[in-house]
Amino acid sequence: MSSTVSTRGSARESLLSRSAAMLVMLICAFYFLVPIWWLFVASTKDRSQFTTTNPLWFGDFNLFENVVNLATYRDGVFFRWMLNSILYAGAGALLATLFSTMAGYAIAKYAFRGREAAFNIILGGVLVPATALALPLFLLFSQIGATNTFWSVFLPSLVSPFGVYLARIYASSSVPDEIIEAARIDGAGEVRTFFTVATRLMAPAMVTIFLFQFVSIWNNFFLPLIMLRDESLFPVTMGLYVWNTQVSQIPEIRAYVIVGALLSIIPLIIAFLGLQRFWRNGLGAGGLK
Amino acid sequence: MSHRTALAGGALLLISALALSACSPAGGNGGTDAAACTPSEGKVNLTFTSWLPGMEDAAAIWNKENPDIQVEVQTGPNGNGGTYKNFFNQIEAGNAPDLGQIEYDALPNFRVQDGVVNLADCAGVTDAKSKFIDWTWNQVTFGEDNAVYAIPQDIGPEALYYRADLFEAAGIPVPTTWDEYAAAAEQIKAQGGYITNFSQSDINAFAGLVWQADGQWFSNDGENWDVKLDSEESTKVADYWQGLLDKDLVGTVAPWTDEWNAAYNSGEMWTWVSAVWGANTISSGAPDTSGKWAVAPMPQWKAGESAAGNWGGSTTAVLKGSKHPYEAAQFALWLNTDPEALTSMNKSANIYPATVDGASLPAFADGLDFYGGQKIYDVFADAAKNVNPDFTWGPTMTQTYTDVADGFSAAVSGSGTLLDALKSGQDKTIAALKAAAIPVKG
Repeated sequence: MSSTVSTRGSARESLLSRSAAMLVMLICAFYFLVPIWWLFVASTKDRSQFTTTNPLWFGDFNLFENVVNLATYRDGVFFRWMLNSILYAGAGALLATLFSTMAGYAIAKYAFRGREAAFNIILGGVLVPATALALPLFLLFSQIGATNTFWSVFLPSLVSPFGVYLARIYASSSVPDEIIEAARIDGAGEVRTFFTVATRLMAPAMVTIFLFQFVSIWNNFFLPLIMLRDESLFPVTMGLYVWNTQVSQIPEIRAYVIVGALLSIIPLIIAFLGLQRFWRNGLGAGGLK
Repeated sequence: MSHRTALAGGALLLISALALSACSPAGGNGGTDAAACTPSEGKVNLTFTSWLPGMEDAAAIWNKENPDIQVEVQTGPNGNGGTYKNFFNQIEAGNAPDLGQIEYDALPNFRVQDGVVNLADCAGVTDAKSKFIDWTWNQVTFGEDNAVYAIPQDIGPEALYYRADLFEAAGIPVPTTWDEYAAAAEQIKAQGGYITNFSQSDINAFAGLVWQADGQWFSNDGENWDVKLDSEESTKVADYWQGLLDKDLVGTVAPWTDEWNAAYNSGEMWTWVSAVWGANTISSGAPDTSGKWAVAPMPQWKAGESAAGNWGGSTTAVLKGSKHPYEAAQFALWLNTDPEALTSMNKSANIYPATVDGASLPAFADGLDFYGGQKIYDVFADAAKNVNPDFTWGPTMTQTYTDVADGFSAAVSGSGTLLDALKSGQDKTIAALKAAAIPVKG
C-alpha cells in the first residue's frame, strides 16, 4: 500500500496489520462479552418467556421484578451472601495486601540472615494451588474447633505469596534506598517510614496485589465448600452453587440463580473498572527503570 | 505384602460389619454401635445437615415440642455436589453433624466406610419397620438382621407422564408395554415429535429402569461384591434404548437445562418416564402446556404386569461420632413418620414420603390442574407398592455414575453403544473397589 512506502521510516504499522489486530481483539471481546450479555438478557425475562424468546434479545422487561423476587427469597439470604463475599474478598484482600507489601518491602530493603531462603520458600507457595490447601486447613481448623465460622474462610485468605513477590520486585525498583536513608536521618522510625513513604511509592503495586487477591478470594470455591455449613456464612459463589443443585427439587430456583449470577459480578466489575489505571501501571512496574 | 494386608483388612471390615448382624443381640463386643444407644442427660443440641430447602421449618416444629432436644439444621450443596465428601472429611476430623441426609444409592458407601451408626438398638427404630414401604426398609438395612443404618425419608416411584392431548389428537393409544412404547415412538416421529428425551447424564434414572426390569447391578454374597452392570436385564434395557437412539426416535437434549424445558414446552417431547417429583419439573419448565398432561403407569416388559422403578429418594442417617445417637434416632423417626413433618417437607421441597400412610396425606388428595385435574398421586401410590424390594446399590455409586455417564455421552453422539458404556463403567468400578481394598469378584 502506498501509505507504507511513505511512512517506512516511522514506527507505524501498516493498515492491514492494524486491522487484523483490531479484528482479533474484537472477536475476543465479543467472545467474552456475549455470555454477560446473555446473562443480562436472561435476567430480565419471566420464567415462561425464558425458553420461548430469542436468547440474545429481550422479551418483556422484568428485571426489577426478578430482583425483588430474589431479594425476598428465604428472607434475603442472597444479599447476606453478597455481603459475605465482599467481606471475605474485600477485607481479606486489603489485609492480604498490607501483609504482602510489608513482607515484600522488608525482604527488598532489609538485609538479614536467611532473607533469600525465606523469599524462596514464600515463592514456592505460589506453586501450591488453593484447592490443595483446603483439606489440610479443614483438618487444622477442626482441631481448634473453628470450622463453620467466618474466620475459617477469612484467615486463610490473608496469605498471598504472589503478592509478596510482586511487592518485593516493586519495592526494589521504585523505592530508592536514598529516600529511606533520608527518612532515617530525619528521625522517622522504620514503621513510620514504611507507611508514609514506601506505601505511597508502591501504590500501583499494592492495587495490583489487591485486585489479584480480591479475584482469587472471590473465586476460591473449595475452601468455603469444605469449611462452611451455615447458610448465613456462605459467599455468593457457593450460595448460588448450592441453589443450583436444588433445581430438581425446586425448578423455580433456576431463575434466582441466573439473576443472582448477574448481580454477583457487579462488585468485580466495579473493582476492575475503578482501579483500572493502577492495574495498568502496576503491571508495567519496574520496566522502565 | 501391604496390598495383601490392606485387602485382608477391607475384607475383615466387610465381614465383621456383616457378622454384626449374624451375632445374637447378646454379643456385646461385636455390636458396639447398637449397644451405645442410650438417652443422654440434660439438654441435647443436635446438628442436622440436609440440602432439602425448608428443612428448618420441619425442625422448628420439633424444636417447639421438644425443648430438651434442639435440632439445628445446616445446609450445603446436594450430596453428589460435595456434601457426601464433606461428611467423610468431617467424620475423619471428628466434627460431623449428628444427622445427615443420605440418598439410598449413597448409603452403601457410608456403610462400607463405617460412616453411619447402626440404630437397631435405639428405642422404636426396629418397630418402625411396619410404618415404611417394604423395599425402603430393605434399602436401609441391606437385608441384615438387627441392623438399621438410616431412616427412609422419601421415594421417587416412577410412572409415565404423557401429553394426553397429543396422543388423543394423533389417535395413538397410551403405551402400556415397552413394545407399544417403541411402536408409538415411530408414529410420533412421523408426526415430527419425539416420544421422549433420553438423558445421558441421569444414570440413576437408567438404574431405575433396570430396577423396573428386575435387574441388578450390584450384589453381595457376604464376602465379595459382584458388579454386573451388563446383567441380563440391564443388557435388555440398554439394547432397547440403544435401538431407539439408533433410529433417532428419542431426543438427546441435556436434561435440567433450558433446552430441555424448551423441548417440553414446545410440545416436541410427548412423554417423560420419571418419578413423582418430576411433576413439578414439568409444570415449572413447560408452563405453556398446562392442562394437557396426564400420568399413566410405566410401560411394562410383559403385558399385564405392574412393576415400577424408583428414581431418587433420601434417608436420614446418624453419622459416626455423634454423641447423642438416641436423641438423633428419635428425631429421625419423627421427621420421617410424623404427618406434620412430612407435609412441611412436601410443601417446601416437593418430596413424597416413604411411609405406608404417606400416600394418604392431604397434600396428595387433590387433582392437579396441570395434569387435566387428574389425581396423579394415586398412580404413584400404586407404583410405590410395586417396586422390587431387592435392588442393591454399590459402594461407589458416585464414581460409577460418572464413568457410565461419560460412556452414555459418547453413545449419544454416536461412538459406542449404551451397553459398551455399562461394560466400561463396570470395569472401572471393579478397579475402584479393588483400589479401595473392598473385596470384589473379577
